[in-house]
Amino acid sequence: MNKKVLVLGIGNILWADEGFGVRTLEALQSHYEFPDNVTLLDGGTQGVYLVQDVRDADILIVFDAIDYGLEPGMMKIITNEDVPKFMGAKKVSLHQTGFQEVLALADMMGDYPEQIILIGVQPEYIEDFGGSLRPVVKAQIQPAIDEALKFMDANSIQYNKRDAPIVPSDVSEDAILTMDKYEQGRPSEEEACRMGDDRILTSEAFQVTTPELAKVGDSPMQVEVDHHLEKYR
Amino acid sequence: MSVTTTPNGYKLDTGGQRVVIDPVTRIEGHMRCEVNVDSNNVITNAVSTGTMWRGLEVILKGRDPRDAWAFVERICGVCTGCHALTSVRAVEDALDIKIPTNAFLIREMMAKTLQVHDHVVHFYHLHALDWVNPVNALKADPKATSKLQQLTGPKHPNSSPGYFRDVQTRIRKFIESGQLGPFKNGYWDNPAYKLTPEADLMAVTHYLEALDLQKEFVKVHTVFGGKNPHPNYLVGGVPCAINMDGDMSAGAPLNMERLNFVKARIDEMKAFNDNVYIPDVLAIASFYKKQLWGGGLGAKSVMDYGAYPTVNYDKSTDQLPGGVILDDNWDNVMEVDPRDPTHVQEFVNHSWYKYPDESKGLHPWDGITEPNYDVSSAKGTRTNIEELDENAKYSWIKAPRWKGHAVEVGPLSRYTLAYAQGVEYVQEQVHKSVAAFNALAGTDLGAKPILQSTTGRTLARALESQYCSDMLVDDWNALIANIKAGDTATANMEKWDPSTWPKECKGVGVTAAPRGGLGHWIRIKDGKIENYQCVVPTTWNGSPRDPAGNIGAFEACLIGTPVERAEEPVEILRNLHSFDPCLACSTHVMSEEGEEIVSAKVR
Repeated sequence: MNKKVLVLGIGNILWADEGFGVRTLEALQSHYEFPDNVTLLDGGTQGVYLVQDVRDADILIVFDAIDYGLEPGMMKIITNEDVPKFMGAKKVSLHQTGFQEVLALADMMGDYPEQIILIGVQPEYIEDFGGSLRPVVKAQIQPAIDEALKFMDANSIQYNKRDAPIVPSDVSEDAILTMDKYEQGRPSEEEACRMGDDRILTSEAFQVTTPELAKVGDSPMQVEVDHHLEKYR
Repeated sequence: MSVTTTPNGYKLDTGGQRVVIDPVTRIEGHMRCEVNVDSNNVITNAVSTGTMWRGLEVILKGRDPRDAWAFVERICGVCTGCHALTSVRAVEDALDIKIPTNAFLIREMMAKTLQVHDHVVHFYHLHALDWVNPVNALKADPKATSKLQQLTGPKHPNSSPGYFRDVQTRIRKFIESGQLGPFKNGYWDNPAYKLTPEADLMAVTHYLEALDLQKEFVKVHTVFGGKNPHPNYLVGGVPCAINMDGDMSAGAPLNMERLNFVKARIDEMKAFNDNVYIPDVLAIASFYKKQLWGGGLGAKSVMDYGAYPTVNYDKSTDQLPGGVILDDNWDNVMEVDPRDPTHVQEFVNHSWYKYPDESKGLHPWDGITEPNYDVSSAKGTRTNIEELDENAKYSWIKAPRWKGHAVEVGPLSRYTLAYAQGVEYVQEQVHKSVAAFNALAGTDLGAKPILQSTTGRTLARALESQYCSDMLVDDWNALIANIKAGDTATANMEKWDPSTWPKECKGVGVTAAPRGGLGHWIRIKDGKIENYQCVVPTTWNGSPRDPAGNIGAFEACLIGTPVERAEEPVEILRNLHSFDPCLACSTHVMSEEGEEIVSAKVR
């Protein structure tokens, strides 16, 4: 019997490095196809509403930006029983229900995945509304995918590299949330506020500074995500 | 320190300890609350602050009014759809578009499904932990819990001792492993928790059952609106064509099979409301019979626009009729007219916005949303405020008023108005609930002392959920009958093309959103949005002071409430959560330690 596998990318693409999980999932989908027992899910900021999907999974693979207190861009992999304690949340609203809670609720409802792997990357900068992943975090998309594939190999989970990657224009002309269009369509700082609201950032955990913007020309924000995956073409 | 009395009758004393809660958690959005507590631990002053700016009004300027619903719907993913519905109503009002009967009924069903979903999720997943102590549930006797279940909700099938023992074992595993999961950061040894271990176990069990069921309820939105959250809407009707014998292909997602699926979900909602939600609220309320405080403005002045007509565009058929009651005078229900420039006005002299003349309010059609953040008179620094100054600007929330009066909105306001206007269904629900409360609590109280409290706000929400699930059955039957009579129209597209629109027009849409009366006001010029203003329920309830000094509903509900321990403000959270505050949604950040950024500071 094929085990049910859920590959989940979580985070908020509107908050710079917070979008790591979702962007990694998109890149994975773009370059690989999977059999019916494997589900790829953009969990976004759905929080507690992801419980059902987690309960249905035998094996859970999660991509996320996690504040481990490491150097920005460092990847850290956590498995099985170690996962919950790394997934605490600063919950402020229902949407922000930490993934730890989702796991806790799945367990309390009697359906916990047999195996969990959390592929997390330390964010560099988050408080940049509409900003993209910082270069050090973006550079971890490929290694994170490699780790997921390695885990799939070890657990006999099937996958195939697509002959040609799905590119956003194949999905929809109007898919403005795909990474390249999203980045290229970004309004200037004068036109749209890029800073977090300092009143909600009163925790000492946050440092309020103006985000460093990359120079035009070498801007990582103009790099299309597929460039990181050149070797699969 | 100073002692003042507000025009709406609240004595404020700024002496004693100042307690700051920032952020208030288990709500939507960002909120801060500061209170003064006297030597008897009774709250004597309250300052409620919305700490984020929504700014959607600015985003909408210059856009196509037919797209507005898709933007405003994103204000929140929990009350999903109600902003979209209000928006299409406002645009249709401006352009004088009348929607077909099927579209009316489908929109009604989506709105009522949202009420049930939102109310259930609020009670079990955001509010229950203010009343229920999951740690205490470990001490429960599963057999006695089973008996309690059979006493309070005899028709609910999950009631065996074995079932409760199983749930208890799973909770124990968690708590003993030191991972409290969703129950983290509670004040579990605080004497403010009053339930018996058995009642705690029953409630925690239903917390899990509700989580399982809520995902079924929202499938009604996926049938009619294509997805959830953020189902699709359409100016002129609904985006789901009907072909009763179709196989859902060719762009007609609605057939008999799908409608039967919707009916099955409605039956689930009804059963859960009747057999679990209402009994739980009454059982829990009876343990808190001595804590019937927190009525605040809800015990005095309430407002709603009215909702759920049986005949579209005929307000006289509203099943939850609107109006305004002032100073607890239920014999005098006044009219609220969202078009009248003297009725609904927003003030900003205590809000971080700028008006040319801040002594006056502005009607939303003439509303201005220009930020003006100034905390120069607060204590602390700009990024780490220790204490706000409520005599200056102190919130991102404006202060809406009805003819200058501060009013509370929400299910309790709607139930007060419906009861006062003689809606039989509502009166029967209230009388039954009062009888059940008195029987369980051993009291002999009338409707007012129970309803006009934190408990009553929570009870009214449950009763509204029940009423909505019953109305859903009527709507479903009406939809089937209308389709059987040969009408399959779902949209009126006569005025879809902007060339058919007037050069300038304005409109208003109102809705009974889960948290209270919601209104959107729009001005359209040359086919584009010229001005758009949303006055949301939490703007009314969470409003700061107005130029006359009236306090809003959040602040009013706290005055006079005693707290067991000032540093563990369970009672403050309970009162505020009873409104189901929604300050619009935000994002998440994880930390290794799993620490919340919530802090309660005593000064």
